Amino acid sequence: MTTETKKIRVLVAKPGLDGHDRGAKVIARALRDAGMEVIYTGIRQTPRMIAEAALQEDVDVVGLSILSGAHMELFPRVITELESRGVDDVLLMCGGIIPEEDIPAIREMGFTGVFGPGASTVDMIEFINLSVSASRHEN
Amino acid sequence: MDATDLTSRILGGDRRALALAITHVENNTETGRAVQAGLYPRTGQAQTIGVTGSAGVGKSTLASVLAAEQRARGRTVGIVAVDPSSPFSQGAILGDRIRMQALTADGGVFLRSMASRGSLGGLSETTTGVVDLLDAAGYDIVLLETVGAGQDEVEVATATQTTVLVTAPAAGDDVQVMKAGLMEIAQVMVINKSDLAGADTTAQQLRALLSLAPAGRAWIPPIVKTVARAGDGAANLVDAIDQHQQHMRESDHAGDERRALVRSQIIALARASLYREALTMAEREGILDGLAEQVAERRTDPRTAADTLLAAMRGEGAG
Repeated sequence: MTTETKKIRVLVAKPGLDGHDRGAKVIARALRDAGMEVIYTGIRQTPRMIAEAALQEDVDVVGLSILSGAHMELFPRVITELESRGVDDVLLMCGGIIPEEDIPAIREMGFTGVFGPGASTVDMIEFINLSVSASRHEN
Repeated sequence: MDATDLTSRILGGDRRALALAITHVENNTETGRAVQAGLYPRTGQAQTIGVTGSAGVGKSTLASVLAAEQRARGRTVGIVAVDPSSPFSQGAILGDRIRMQALTADGGVFLRSMASRGSLGGLSETTTGVVDLLDAAGYDIVLLETVGAGQDEVEVATATQTTVLVTAPAAGDDVQVMKAGLMEIAQVMVINKSDLAGADTTAQQLRALLSLAPAGRAWIPPIVKTVARAGDGAANLVDAIDQHQQHMRESDHAGDERRALVRSQIIALARASLYREALTMAEREGILDGLAEQVAERRTDPRTAADTLLAAMRGEGAG
């Protein structure tokens, strides 16, 4: 007899050079308290490091936190690195300081969840639970 | 991807297939079991090393420099890093990548973080499986870094060939070391943070303890001093591990030791499955809730309730 146990695994990563990770840590903690397994990479991650982590850790969700303003530069590179490794089925989320006018382009890249300052962790958790269970249902 | 597909891709060096298979093993799926069974004949090539010890002694940092030293010697490294799950939410924050930054962009390293998932999962059950997958996938070194706590620690020692026990100066007196019975499971002792005061005393205490080992014990664990943060002692540590591995290969009792190791693995796996089955059944039938209520109201005692529970399960098993 086997008893299957399934957990939502989330990678929380900070691409680029900004060193302030209070927000990322608060989110990691909130997701943990919601029963998820959160792999936190720490600060100053290159797109390649993030993609490697997503691949090796077989995560359901990749969440990027960025405050430096380099999102339009770094996000596409993260996606390219993910795609080149065949990691094409993860839920992409981001948060931090992202100007309103950049959001449509970011959604276009594939980030279905964009959470700026003041976003509620409850909304984030609900978003992940709904999206991941929907995509698991498809498979 | 089905089990056959995963198995052949892993043998072909596909890292994504390896990652997916590890998830199957962690989630205890039929596919995971099939992959494990299919790959087991291909295991036995890697040096498997466990790193264990109490919280805060520097296991992650030491595992990181240990892996870096192995890479410097041209060996590929698969790492399994276990962190505890919350007993309340069952969630976990897995932070080993933070201390292993230098390794995370190295193609010769595969690092997987794992949550302990509480007692229900049977930590040893999954770690043994994941170590085997990394071995079969062709990594020269498989490194298992465990949470340092309780019974699981001793069991986890059966998942790898060489167990490295990490201590730090002033982490308790010699009775602490004796209490945990760790002398039995460690093949290499490390005193990390050995730049701190008290390192020599700790070394002395360990040496004294080891001198009490049963006579005729073929392998006496060496004591290696390290300062993991600075990378000091990494070369000595790898040498000590290599010596133990060589000792195992050349030992007259190599076959016996291997049988003893897998025997412990079989017991640990059977125990985990049995435990999970029993608990699942007890909860499904509501038997456990009923008994808990009776004991809470002191209408019966815990020992009698446990016997009743077992009797009920045996009844269902027979029918």
